[in-house]
Amino acid sequence: MVRIQVDGQSHEVEAGGNVLEACLELGYDLPYFCWHPALGSVGACRQCAVIQLPDQSEQPGRIVMGCMTPVQDGMRLSLQAEPAVAFREQVVELLMTNHPHDCPVCEEGGECHLQDMTLMTGHHTRRYRGRKRTHRNQDLGPFINHEMNRCIACYRCTRFYRDYAGGTDLQVQASANRVYFGRAEEGALENHFSGNLVEVCPTGVFTDRVFSAHYARKWDLQTSPSICMHCSLGCNVTPGERAGSLRRVQNRYHAAINGYFLCDRGRYGWQHVQTGARLRNVRKKQDGVWQDVPAETAFAGLPGPRKLLGIGSPRASVEANFALRELVGAESFSMGVSRRERAVLRVCWEILRNTAARVVSLREIEQADAVLVLGEDLAHSAPRMALSVRQATRNAGFARADAAGIPRWQDQSVRTHAQNERSPLLVAHTYETELDSIATASLQADPGQIENIARAIAHKLDRRARKGPRLDGAAGAFVQAAVQAFSGARSPVVICGTSLRSENLLEACANIAHGLQARGTQVGLAMVMQECNSLAAAMLGGTSLEAIAEQAADATLLVLENDLYRRMPPERVQDLLHNADEVIVFDHLQTATVQAADRAVPVAAFGEGDGSYVNQEGRAQRAFQVFLPAAPIRESWRWLADLARALNLRDRVPWTRQDQVVEACAERLPAFSRLPEAAPDATFRMHGQRIPRQPHRYSGRTALHAGRSVHEPQPPLDPDTPLSWSMEGWAGQRPPALIASTWSPGWNSVQSWNKFQDEIGGSLRGGDSGVRLLSGGESDAAWYAYGDAPDQPAAGLWIVARPDLFSAEELSAQGDAIRQRQIPPHCALHPEDAGALGLQDTDLVNVTLADGSVCQLPLRLTGRVAPGVACVPLDAERAHWDLPARGQVRALGAQR
Amino acid sequence: MNAEMQPLTARIRPGQVIDLRAYENAGGYQALRAVLGKREPASVRETVQAAKLSGRGGAGFNTGLKWSFVPVDEKDGPHYLVCNCDEMEPGTFKDRLLVEHDPHQLIEGMVLSAYAICAEVAYIFIRGEYHAGIQALRQALAEATASGLLGANILNSGFSLQIHLHPSAGRYICGEETALISALEGRRAVPRAKPPFPQRSGLWGRPTVVNNVETLCNVPHILRNGVDWYLSLSRSDAHGGTKIYGVSGRVCTPGAWEMPLGVSAREVIEGRAGGMRAGVQLRGFLPGGASTDFLTTEHLDVPLTYEAVSKAGSRLGTGTMILLDDQTSVVGMLRNLEHFFAQESCGWCTPCRDGLPWIESMLGDLLAGRGQHGDLQVLEEYCVTLGPGKTFCAHAPGAVEPLQSALRYFRADFEALIPQADLIGSGA
Repeated sequence: MVRIQVDGQSHEVEAGGNVLEACLELGYDLPYFCWHPALGSVGACRQCAVIQLPDQSEQPGRIVMGCMTPVQDGMRLSLQAEPAVAFREQVVELLMTNHPHDCPVCEEGGECHLQDMTLMTGHHTRRYRGRKRTHRNQDLGPFINHEMNRCIACYRCTRFYRDYAGGTDLQVQASANRVYFGRAEEGALENHFSGNLVEVCPTGVFTDRVFSAHYARKWDLQTSPSICMHCSLGCNVTPGERAGSLRRVQNRYHAAINGYFLCDRGRYGWQHVQTGARLRNVRKKQDGVWQDVPAETAFAGLPGPRKLLGIGSPRASVEANFALRELVGAESFSMGVSRRERAVLRVCWEILRNTAARVVSLREIEQADAVLVLGEDLAHSAPRMALSVRQATRNAGFARADAAGIPRWQDQSVRTHAQNERSPLLVAHTYETELDSIATASLQADPGQIENIARAIAHKLDRRARKGPRLDGAAGAFVQAAVQAFSGARSPVVICGTSLRSENLLEACANIAHGLQARGTQVGLAMVMQECNSLAAAMLGGTSLEAIAEQAADATLLVLENDLYRRMPPERVQDLLHNADEVIVFDHLQTATVQAADRAVPVAAFGEGDGSYVNQEGRAQRAFQVFLPAAPIRESWRWLADLARALNLRDRVPWTRQDQVVEACAERLPAFSRLPEAAPDATFRMHGQRIPRQPHRYSGRTALHAGRSVHEPQPPLDPDTPLSWSMEGWAGQRPPALIASTWSPGWNSVQSWNKFQDEIGGSLRGGDSGVRLLSGGESDAAWYAYGDAPDQPAAGLWIVARPDLFSAEELSAQGDAIRQRQIPPHCALHPEDAGALGLQDTDLVNVTLADGSVCQLPLRLTGRVAPGVACVPLDAERAHWDLPARGQVRALGAQR
Repeated sequence: MNAEMQPLTARIRPGQVIDLRAYENAGGYQALRAVLGKREPASVRETVQAAKLSGRGGAGFNTGLKWSFVPVDEKDGPHYLVCNCDEMEPGTFKDRLLVEHDPHQLIEGMVLSAYAICAEVAYIFIRGEYHAGIQALRQALAEATASGLLGANILNSGFSLQIHLHPSAGRYICGEETALISALEGRRAVPRAKPPFPQRSGLWGRPTVVNNVETLCNVPHILRNGVDWYLSLSRSDAHGGTKIYGVSGRVCTPGAWEMPLGVSAREVIEGRAGGMRAGVQLRGFLPGGASTDFLTTEHLDVPLTYEAVSKAGSRLGTGTMILLDDQTSVVGMLRNLEHFFAQESCGWCTPCRDGLPWIESMLGDLLAGRGQHGDLQVLEEYCVTLGPGKTFCAHAPGAVEPLQSALRYFRADFEALIPQADLIGSGA
C-alpha cells in the first residue's frame, strides 16, 4: 500500500496501479473513455487528466493522464485544480466537434458513457463552427448496428475485438480525424464476442440490433439478475423487459465467471422466449386433436398415482428437477439424458467432488501459466471459457513485461513488448479448433487417440497413473510438449469435457491433474458440460432415458422441459411415449416431444421464472424472474405441486414458495446442502425495503396499461424473492446476487460497475455471488484406473459431432438473429480419407452410423479434421445422434 | 570544399552518387576497418558520447548517452538499430542530400553504430518518395555486402550486420521514432507510450536505437578523426561537429549547407542563401522546420545551437529554416501548415486528432472573412491544450509552435482579418 493525496485528502491505495484506477476505487468521479477495466490503459483519449503536484512545494504542478501514471508513495494529485478541469472540458469540447447531437434518437441515450462524461466535465456550449465529418455506416450483420458518425475514436472497439477477443475482421482504417472503425467490406462481424462492442463502445457507434427492433430506454426496462441458459458456464446476465416482452440481454459483471464480457450466444440467445413456437396454454390431445383447456383442468381425469415416471432435464432449474424427483420418487426419476451422456456426467461429478485439483473458475483459468485442452472445441462448447484461455496465453508476455518493469495495465506497451510471446496452450481435438491458432502445440486426432494421449501424459507425469499404449509421431510429440509445458508451470490448468462422451478421457485428465498436484503445482481442473444444469442433473442423480424407457409400460410419464427427440433416436422416443399410459410434457416451447404428448403444460421460459442453476465449476446461482408471464405460464415446480395435489400426493410436493423448494432440496440432498446460500431468500430486505426491479426513472407506470384500464394496477407481491415489481425500494448498494442493472449518480452506463467494486476488476462489493457446492478436493484422491485403451481402429470412420455456437444449443438456435449466423450444415472430412473413399469436395454424401442413423450432407474437404474422422454438425437434426461413433461416409452423387 | 571542415558533405557533387570505390578512395570504411573486432563496443559508445554528437533529427539528445541505455550486458535476444530517414518535415531536405549522394557514409555509420549497441540487424526506414535515395542505398548496400563490409562476419571481425531497406508507405508521423517502429512492425503508424523507451523495448519488443541519417553519418568521422577534432568543428560547447543547415523561402539561393554547429541564422540566410530576393523583406523564420516556433529578424544573430535557439523561444529542430517574408500572408502560411499537421495526425489522441482540424478551420474562417471576435482567444487556448505533456506524442505540440509564436509576433495580421463589424458588434 502507498499513500497518495488527492485534493488535499490523504488515502491509502494499492501499489502498482495507476492514478485513474486509484481515483475510481476511492470513489472519485474522474472521466475516461479509452481506458477499460479489462483492457487496460493506452492514453489515447486524454480525458482522465489530473494535476500532479510537485513534492510539498506550492508550484502549480503539471497535467498527467491518470490512466498512464503509476501511483507512487507520497504522490500529490489534484482533480479539482483549474487547469485539469479546463483541460478535461476541452477534451470533450473537441470530441463534440464531430459527435452529432442526436441523443434523442440514439439508442445509447440514457445509458451513454459519453453523455455521462460530458456532463461530468461540465462542457455545454459549442464554440466549433465548422462542419462535422460524416462517415458511411456498414451492415455488420444481425447483432450490431453501426453508426460511425457518433464515433469518438477511443479505440476500445478494435482493442477489444482484435487484441482481447482475437477477431480480425474489424479494423481501424484511415487516419487523422477520419479514422474509421469497421470492416474491410460490409458483412456480419465474425468474432463470437462481437456483441460486447455494444457495451465496450462508450457511445452509440455499436448498438444492439436485436434490441433496436423493439427498443426501450434503459430506464424503462424492468430487469432482474439472471443466469445465461445456453451453456454450462453460468455467465451472469441482465435481461431487460418492457410491456410483457423481453427486449435484450446485457452482461452482468461477475468477477469469477464472465467479468465484463459475454459470448454472442449468451447475449442474443434469448429470442426464443419472444418469437419461438411458445406453448402458452394448457393443452390436451382429444381424439388426436389438440385443444386448449382451462389451467384448472390441467390434471383432471388422470388415471391416479399407480405408476409415475419422471424425466428431468439438464436445461430445467434445480427446483423443477427436484420437485419432479420428489413427486415420482428417486427410482422412477431420470436425469433426462442418454445412457452414454449420463455415464460421462456421473464421472464428471465424481471427479469434481473428489479431485485434489482446484476446480477452476474462468478467472482462475485466465491466471494459468499453462493450459491443456483435450477433446473440447471450447469456442463452441464453452465459448466464454475460450476467451479466458485466450487471456491465459498472455501470461508469459506479462511475465516478460514484469521483467522489463512495464506495468501490466499499460496495455499497448505490454503487447508490443510481449509481441507473440505466449504461455503454453496445448489443444488436442478431433478437428482444429479456433484456439489452435494461438496454441503452442495442437493436434488433430481421432477420439481414441485423444484418450491415449491423455493416458500417456498422465503416465509421463506420474508413473502411478495407469500406462496407456505407446505413442509416437505427432501424438508422441504432443505428449512430450505437454509434459514439457507442465514441467515449468506453477498454475497449470487441464480442461476437458463431455463432448467426446468418454469416461476414460475424463478420468485420464483427472489423473493428469492429480499428477500435477503431486508435483506440487497449483493445478486447476475444468470440465465442460453441455447444458446450463448438466452438473446439477448429475448431482441430482436418476436413471438414463434408456433405463426409464424399460419401465414405461402403463406409466404416467412426466417429461420436464426436455425434448426427448434431441436425446434418443425418434423410434425409441416413440416407443417410450407410446408405451406410457399418459404422457404429460411441461415445456415452454412446442417441441416434438410436446407434439407427441397427451397433455402439454406451459412453463416459464428464460426470464419468466425463478430458478437455481449449477455451472460446470459447481457454483449454484439464482436466476430471478424478470417479468410475470401471461397466465397460465408458471414455473414447472408450481405445476408439479398442482399435479401432486390432483394425485393426492400433496405431501411429496407441498411447497408454495421458491424458498421452500430450495430448503427442501438442501435438506434432502447433501450435495445441495448449501443451495440456499446461492442468493438471499425472499425475506431479505435492505433497510426494511425490497430491491426494485424497475429503475427509479421507470416511465409509464400509469400509462402502460391505460389501453385496458385507467386504474393504476397494484404491483403484485413477489412471494419468491426479495425483489419488488415496482420502482419503489432500495436502490443503493445491495448483495451482488441482487444486482441486475447498475446505476450510480452521474454513471448511467454499464461503465458504472466500478461503483459496485472495491477494486477495479475485482469482486463486487459483498463477494462473488453464488455458492460453490463442491467442498474442495481430498488431497489423497485415488488414481483412476480407467478401462482398457480403445481397440485399434475398426472399420469405417469416426463420426464426431461439431457443436457450432449458433446451432448446437436447443433454445438459442431458435432465435431469428442467431439463425442468420448459422452456417449451412456439412460433413467435414480429411482429403486423405476422401481420396481413399473416392469422394470429392461438395459431393453430397450419406453419413451412416452402425445404429442405423443416417443423414445427407454436402461434403467439405479440409485438412483441419483429423484423418479417420468425419465431422457432422451438432444441430437440431443430429442432436440425438450417439456420437462419437463408428460410421460410414458414402457418395450419394455429385452436387450440381 | 574541405573534407576536414565539412566531413559529411565535402565529397558530394550535384548529380553524382559516390560509389564504393570513390568512397573508399576518399577514406571511407577506414573507421570501420579500425574499429570492428579491434575496439570494444563500450569504447565506441564512450567515444561518441565524449564527442558530444547529438541527435540531428531535432531532439539534440547526446547520441552516445542514448546508446548507453541499451542493455548490452543482458543480451538474451537481438538488438536493433533503425535509421530514421523518413524526412517529412516541411522545409527539410538535409537527409535526402546525404542518402542520394553518399549512401556508403550512412552504411559505414550504421555498421559502426550497430557494433556499438551490439545489434545484428538494422533497418533504414526511408521516406517512400525518396526514389533516388532508395536507388542509391540499394546499390550501395549491394556493393558493401559484396565487398564483405556488410553481412555475416564483416571483414572477419566476428561481427555481423544485416541492413534492411524499408521504404515507408508515407506518413509524417513515421518520423516519430516509436510510430516508426510500429510501422516497421506492420502495425498502424501510431506512437507508443514512453516509458518503456525503445532502448529497452523497441522493435519487436527488443532493445532498439533509432537514429537520424545525419547523426549516423557523423559516426565514422568521429571514430576516424577523434574526439578533439570533432569538438573543434563546433562553435558550441555542448555539442560537437557540424550541422547541415538549410533555407527555403524567398532567398536568392535556397539550399542546405554543412557549417559549424552554432553559426548564426544571419550567416546562413545572408551568407549562404544570398539574402532575400529583391523587393522582399524577411519578417520571421521557423528555424528548424515547420514544427518550430517563429523567430524574427531580431533573432538573426542567435547562434543556431539547441540551447540558444531554445532560449530565444524556439527549437533548432532539423536546422532547416522556412522563411516568412512580407509578401506572404502569415495566416495563409499557418493555415497551410496546420492543414498539413491536421492531415498527418495519426488519429490516436483527442487533442491532436480533433484539435488540429478545428484550428485549421478557424484559420480558414479568418482567411475567408468569417473570423469572429474571440477566435484568437480560442486559438491561444488550444495552443496550450495541444501543448507538451498533454498529447500522446510531440506531433500536436510541434504543430502549434508556429501558431502560438505567430499569434505573439504577428497578432495584427490575425486581427486585421476579423471583420470590423464583428469587432464593433462585440464591443471590442
